[in-house]
Amino acid sequence: MISKLVASTAQALADVPDGATILIGGFGAAGQPVELIDALLEQGAKDLTIVNNNAGNGTTGLAALLAAGRVRKIVCSFPRQADSQVFDGLYRAGKIELELVPQGNLAERIRAAGAGIGAFFTPTAYGTPLAQGKETREINGRQYVLEYPLHADYALIKADRGDRWGNLTYRKTARNFGPIMASAARIAVAQVREIADLGQLDPESIVTPGIFVKRVVKTGATLAKEQA
Amino acid sequence: MSSKLTRDEIAARVAKDIPEGAYVNLGIGLPTLVANHLPADREVILHTENGMLGMGPAPAKGEEDPDLINAGKQPVTELPGCAFFHHADSFAMMRGGHLDICVLGAFQVSAKGDLANWHTGAPDAIPAVGGAMDLAIGAKSVFVMMELLTRDGKSKLVADCSYPLTGVGCVSRVYTDMAVFDITPEGVTVTDLFGDTSFEALLEITGLPLKLAQ
Repeated sequence: MISKLVASTAQALADVPDGATILIGGFGAAGQPVELIDALLEQGAKDLTIVNNNAGNGTTGLAALLAAGRVRKIVCSFPRQADSQVFDGLYRAGKIELELVPQGNLAERIRAAGAGIGAFFTPTAYGTPLAQGKETREINGRQYVLEYPLHADYALIKADRGDRWGNLTYRKTARNFGPIMASAARIAVAQVREIADLGQLDPESIVTPGIFVKRVVKTGATLAKEQA
Repeated sequence: MSSKLTRDEIAARVAKDIPEGAYVNLGIGLPTLVANHLPADREVILHTENGMLGMGPAPAKGEEDPDLINAGKQPVTELPGCAFFHHADSFAMMRGGHLDICVLGAFQVSAKGDLANWHTGAPDAIPAVGGAMDLAIGAKSVFVMMELLTRDGKSKLVADCSYPLTGVGCVSRVYTDMAVFDITPEGVTVTDLFGDTSFEALLEITGLPLKLAQ
């Protein structure tokens, strides 16, 4: 019998090695897998490359992982915020590498990784500093920039309900990066509010089919601990 | 002393140009004011890049849902007919040319429609771009909403942007507190003058070869 259910967030992340590339879902607090991030902090893996829309807020969650010196590089679209002081300090001290990616390119690079696309031409960022040094091409009279997929070892995402096959549903704008990140990682780990019996999720409503998901852990209905 | 439009009056002027049925993204900051000026009897569908179409206004106090936010991470509400989707679909709506209008703030806009709104270029600034570059190239029409002058009285509508670009040749119209400018392949046309701003004054302020709409 297939069961992707794991008993705890610690068990779900026990095998994360040093140097791993990890996609972390969420846009601000919505969809942020706070319990999985806490478990990653507890687990101890270091020299990590983290991909997230932001670079941590306040002093908990992703910011705590940064503060603990466990992240070598962050790939994100919007690091600077009113309460991104942990990232700001590390960046100014030269202790963290930043790859700044326009949000839509970030999403498409993650999608492309999951879809097996080798690279793609996008109009976003053409003629701007973020396209410097990148290959460009004119296609049908429009200028495009070549971008590569963003593969990862792990994805940590937050979904609403999941079953033992790994099928997932989401809630409102907490969906954001979850479905594409699940498909782009070798091991996608989903924390869910509720485990559903197999067959209980309406097949028409499943957003992430279980083929993209390796582990599901129930963390219950918790509000994000940090404000975005 | 010339009288200028308030921010709310600029927002109302932008709202006048958003037609029934339009799919619209309102950027973070000043452009969000536009939503308050869309008439209730006009169906306009608001897009937020974090994955929603049919976004409604802010909820009543105590009704906030942390899973229901806009791109500025503020709580919003669902309108009947709203839909949720993931980030790649959301940006496909822009890049794929499905979004009709996006309204953005700006540091500078050039006479050729180049937009600078993400980075001042200051050497110690931590850069952050978010969805600005995707929005700039991703809507059929890109409206910019800004005050025409900087704090020290310089025009933000310029011949060439001195700040790092967000997008090249992407802006179609610029709404300011002194005038509205259409950016066309033939040049910049002034379509509205506000208060006692004169066309001659705009020529002097911008230093651009503006045309006045008939």
